[in-house]
Amino acid sequence: MKKVHPLSDLKPGESGVIARIEGGVLRLRLMERGLFPGERVQTLKRAPLGDPIELALDGFRLSIRKQEAENIFVVREDEST
Amino acid sequence: MSADERPLAVLTGNPNSGKTTLFNALTGLRQKVGNYAGVTVERKTGVFETNGAEWNLIDLPGAYSLTARSPEEMIARKVLCGEMEDLPKPNLAIIVVDASNLDRNLYLATQILNMGVPSVIALNMMDQAETAGARIDAEILAERLGAPVVPMVATRGEGIEELKAATENGASEPPMRPWRLDDESEAALSYVSLALGRVHQDASDAELDSEAVRLVAGGDSDSTPPSDAAAEAVAEARSALSQNGHTPETFEAQARHQWIRSVTAKAVGRSENALLSRSDRIDSVLTHRVLGPLILLATALLAFQAVFSWASIPMDWIDAGVSALGALVGGWMPEGALRGLIVDGVIAGVGSVIIFLPQILFLFFFIGLLEDTGYMARAAFMMDRFMRGMGLHGNAFIPLLSSFACAIPGIMATRTISEPKDRLATILVAPLMACSARLPVYALIIAAFIPGGAWVKSLSLTGLYLLGVVAAMAMAFLFKKTLLRGEAAPLILELPPYRLPNWRTLFFRLWDRSGEFIKRAGGMILAATIVLWFMASYPKLPADDLAAYETRIESAANELEEAEIENERAAAAVENSFAARLGRWTEPALRPLGFDWRIGVGVIASFAAREVFVGAMGTLYGVGEADDDASSLQDRLKGAVWESGDQKGEPIYTLPTAVALLLFYVFALQCVSTVAIMRRETNSWRWPAFAWVYMFILAYGCAWAGRAAVAAFV
Repeated sequence: MKKVHPLSDLKPGESGVIARIEGGVLRLRLMERGLFPGERVQTLKRAPLGDPIELALDGFRLSIRKQEAENIFVVREDEST
Repeated sequence: MSADERPLAVLTGNPNSGKTTLFNALTGLRQKVGNYAGVTVERKTGVFETNGAEWNLIDLPGAYSLTARSPEEMIARKVLCGEMEDLPKPNLAIIVVDASNLDRNLYLATQILNMGVPSVIALNMMDQAETAGARIDAEILAERLGAPVVPMVATRGEGIEELKAATENGASEPPMRPWRLDDESEAALSYVSLALGRVHQDASDAELDSEAVRLVAGGDSDSTPPSDAAAEAVAEARSALSQNGHTPETFEAQARHQWIRSVTAKAVGRSENALLSRSDRIDSVLTHRVLGPLILLATALLAFQAVFSWASIPMDWIDAGVSALGALVGGWMPEGALRGLIVDGVIAGVGSVIIFLPQILFLFFFIGLLEDTGYMARAAFMMDRFMRGMGLHGNAFIPLLSSFACAIPGIMATRTISEPKDRLATILVAPLMACSARLPVYALIIAAFIPGGAWVKSLSLTGLYLLGVVAAMAMAFLFKKTLLRGEAAPLILELPPYRLPNWRTLFFRLWDRSGEFIKRAGGMILAATIVLWFMASYPKLPADDLAAYETRIESAANELEEAEIENERAAAAVENSFAARLGRWTEPALRPLGFDWRIGVGVIASFAAREVFVGAMGTLYGVGEADDDASSLQDRLKGAVWESGDQKGEPIYTLPTAVALLLFYVFALQCVSTVAIMRRETNSWRWPAFAWVYMFILAYGCAWAGRAAVAAFV
């Protein structure tokens, strides 16, 4: 079983595959905007004041706050593989 | 063909899909903007022609899905279902899809198709798709989706004719929902459809099915099943879904997403996405930790430079033009009440409406440029953390920033804020940002009454600006905690790839916005100007007094003396007017602030626009056109003394009173145009009335406290 981390723990440049999304209504909201389990996501950068974060997804860029990112759990992609 | 006989097409798609550009390309200038009944969502309608027919076209608000949680999504769904009272069910949906981001855009598109609405897919931005490394086979896509697909580049007008042809051919009804769950869940869903069918007897199978899916997912604000049987079926379906490993709230999203992936896997060949890597490279500078905020600051300064200095050039022309027109018409007409009404009421009133246009156009040009290039989203991204301090999102930043120039475009720009409560909070605090009309008032009072050198004066001015910002932040925070409390909306902000602005779209936006300002706010500003003119000019001085002035003017030794007597007459006329009577009547209320009736008149008159205060004081103190002779007005103000009461003979304009007056103008909503635009943007009188009252209380309270504090120190 692979270890999952909240997306908010990923450092800029790190990427992972979404394992699950939690958090009620927020969950559907995030899915409607393209964040689905099984999708690859990369944390591109943090905003100048540290929050929100910019995510790279397949075909688009999305920004969410760390608070929201805590509900998204990812399997970190090891850079060596 | 009359408007009601034309078939109705609706244009729908995600934000940033080029929907507006396509709307403009199809309709040209045959378009108008209104509101949907009861909500503040903008309704753009137009007419376009195909070879065979004329169509009505509605530009639906941009949405990511039809799960109706925001007012925009709710409207989009209702129009598509034919549930809007004043609209027929659309004959056709033109679904605009950004080809460079196909998977995400197909989410909304397939939701609409599955509702059984006859549709044509406008596969827009094909040029960008190529840069994004996507080679799309439109034929395979059309076959899979079950709807005609027209590849196009709306910004260059490519594919418009093909789209019109597809519209004319009429789209057949798309096939039923193509994605399927396990048999047990599907059976449960079909029971819901059956129950719904008993209530909505003329609905198609696709409509019933898509409504069943929506009710079972139940994420909507209006997802109450229409009958007890339907409610029971929905509850059973939810448990059937759970038992089969689905989550009722998200089963649709997941299944739809997987199906879309399977479609695009067949229809799209992919290579490296140069569009996004180019955009990322630009962002490595524009949202850089240090450079990003600096560039944002520089952009804001440039925009303000444009608004303050460049816009002042056409504003001077308008001013001169209106005066010249007034003089010209005044010359033609015989002296009397009608001439006064036309020249000082109507012409001056129209002038005070169009004088705003250069600023509004410049600001909207910049806002439009920021939006179309994609920089607006970056500004929101960078400022979100800061704005969160007031309980708002980053997207409230630009509207508030614009309000430094003028609250009108600032309030109009709040349309980009999707969360209704955030938008309202932003509208309510925008007038607290020190707009350009406050500057002449600040300058006059600071120059005359704030002691100390230039640096003290400029520090005072900066302080007043900061005070406005702090007040706006505090009030926004307060409103979000009390009146507009709601569950904190998550920030999900798309950062679209950078694009060159489309000048045509920009032009249409400026055209729209200025037309709307004139239509919606213009009438009210004009009416208010005429009322204020009437109050300041009537009743006329008694005939005896006028005759006495005439004799004195005729016997004046030179032009200078003549002008002085004329100023004296003007002052006497104002003193006799309804405005002065109202001013005297309000004096007891204003006295605690140290304001005499003249200041009262100035405050009332400046409701037309704050800078009118300076001119009104000029007239009241008999110095004629005050802005030409500011130093003499300052001298008169310094010499003014109380005419009655226990302070009789003491100077009116002391430092504490000057501070009170400054503070009053920091907070008070002294601007009829802002009130008018608030009414327009919130669709009710409630919010502008509320804003005026809360700001007046704030202004009065702070002026009183400030005066007391300064008096205690001096």
